[in-house]
Amino acid sequence: MTTRIEIEDLAKHFGAIKAVDGVSFSVSKGEVLGFLGPNGAGKSTTMKMITGFLSPTRGTVRVCGYDVLTDPISVKANLGYLPEGAPAYADMTPDSFLHFIAEIRGLKGSDKKKAVALAAERARITTVMFQPIETLSKGYKRRVGLAQAILHNPPVLILDEPTDGLDPNQKHEVRTLINEMAEDKAIIISTHILEEVHALCNRNVVISSGKIKFDGSPQELESRSRYYNAVCVNVANIEQQTFESFLSSLEFVASVEPLSGAEGFRVYPRDGQQITAELSEKIRANGWDIDALHAEAGRLDEVFRSITMPNAESK
Amino acid sequence: MNMQNIWFIMKREFNGYFATPVAYVFIIIFLLLTGFSTFYVGNFFERGEADLYPFFSLHPWLYILLIPAISMRLWAEERKSGSVELLMTLPVSVFEAVLGKFMAAWAFTGLALLLNFPLWITVNYLGNPDNGVIIASFLGSLLMAGGFLAIGSCISAITKNQVIAFVISLVISLIFVLSGFGIVIDFFAGWAPQTLVDTISSFSFLTHFDAISKGVIDLRDMFYFISLIAIWLFANALIVNARKAD
Repeated sequence: MTTRIEIEDLAKHFGAIKAVDGVSFSVSKGEVLGFLGPNGAGKSTTMKMITGFLSPTRGTVRVCGYDVLTDPISVKANLGYLPEGAPAYADMTPDSFLHFIAEIRGLKGSDKKKAVALAAERARITTVMFQPIETLSKGYKRRVGLAQAILHNPPVLILDEPTDGLDPNQKHEVRTLINEMAEDKAIIISTHILEEVHALCNRNVVISSGKIKFDGSPQELESRSRYYNAVCVNVANIEQQTFESFLSSLEFVASVEPLSGAEGFRVYPRDGQQITAELSEKIRANGWDIDALHAEAGRLDEVFRSITMPNAESK
Repeated sequence: MNMQNIWFIMKREFNGYFATPVAYVFIIIFLLLTGFSTFYVGNFFERGEADLYPFFSLHPWLYILLIPAISMRLWAEERKSGSVELLMTLPVSVFEAVLGKFMAAWAFTGLALLLNFPLWITVNYLGNPDNGVIIASFLGSLLMAGGFLAIGSCISAITKNQVIAFVISLVISLIFVLSGFGIVIDFFAGWAPQTLVDTISSFSFLTHFDAISKGVIDLRDMFYFISLIAIWLFANALIVNARKAD
């Protein structure tokens, strides 16, 4: 794997506010890094520093080997960037806007035409190419921004909330597009939509108050949930109390709690291990009929809260 | 400095003027005002001379009002809409962007100025003017417009609000013109040392434009306007760099 983005000890202070405070990570080709964090955590600030829009207070950013401080033009040439809110020139049409971007990106003649046509097709904006951007819906504006970012087929993509404000169908289309491109690019996507962690990313970085709180795969992120591998189970014709004490007595069970709003119990395993098979075996051994049994995935919203707001977790 | 980038940015910006009615409104008002000032204020007919001095000599006053209207959007709008983030993360340098935008505004002003050609036809129809003088005056006026535009472009980078950009540019332009005006010079001449009076008046657009409007192109006047443009655009680039993300 080739490393495309290297960030070392990156920091940005606005006066006394440490918006980004010592962030280090790197992204390789083929990685789609989901950049998570609450609003104001420093996601956008970090992205602005990677793209050379903001200069860091300290630290270094290298994109495809070029240092953003000493060679910003080479960095910018190698990346596609969708800024937050997808700003564009409102009085232009997507067609003239994309042609302008293509020219600045150094594309000429038939290459330029091809690049514009391909980007428009991939971002699915071919039907609105000749309407002023200011008259387009939010979803189309976002996709014009996306078309602009992918136009020159850059090795690195930085997308700041690419699906924010889109309807479910549009979100799906944008995700499909990003997945299509993922293989030969290094991509950073900021989002606070947790479902995208699975839909898009193969790696997650969670940032809060300017510091990295987690860096790992979506599975690892989920496994931090206390619901990870928990099992919801219910049996027929047995008194709840009897069943609960039976569950508590099993050696691989850490704790048991009654489900709210339904019959049955949630069983938490020891050490996050998978217990579905063992559990059903034990229940059958007692001759009970299993009414319902399913393992839970980790709950990302809960993990997200516990990582980004450690003090709130205790209650 | 990549000339092609400057050209692409200029082209986009220039077309941007015509994407909205602003360009047409501006050109019509500019032509009305130049016509009015030439015939009523400049006494084009009464002078009985076949030249365009009445037309050119009033340009500084027209530019004070009209040029800030052209320059106010250059950076203020870019920052307000957030597109500055897009522009500054494309592989262009801030100097290329500043120059491209400035050149677009300058070309637009040049176009508006050229559209006064009926006056030129009129004066050639009525008499035998020295067309060399008229061309020299035209170029001189364009150069002065560049000075006004450079001020306006720089001020436009300070704020996100076009109205504020307009008003501040207008005031600064006014100061640059008035510092050569008789009343101001007389005010200083009474008590200030002669060198100070000369310095103040040497900063004036009027002082440098007066000869040009008569068709006399003095290298010192040209140097004045060119260095003025360079200084304001340099400041413009510094301001864009410092304030783009605010």
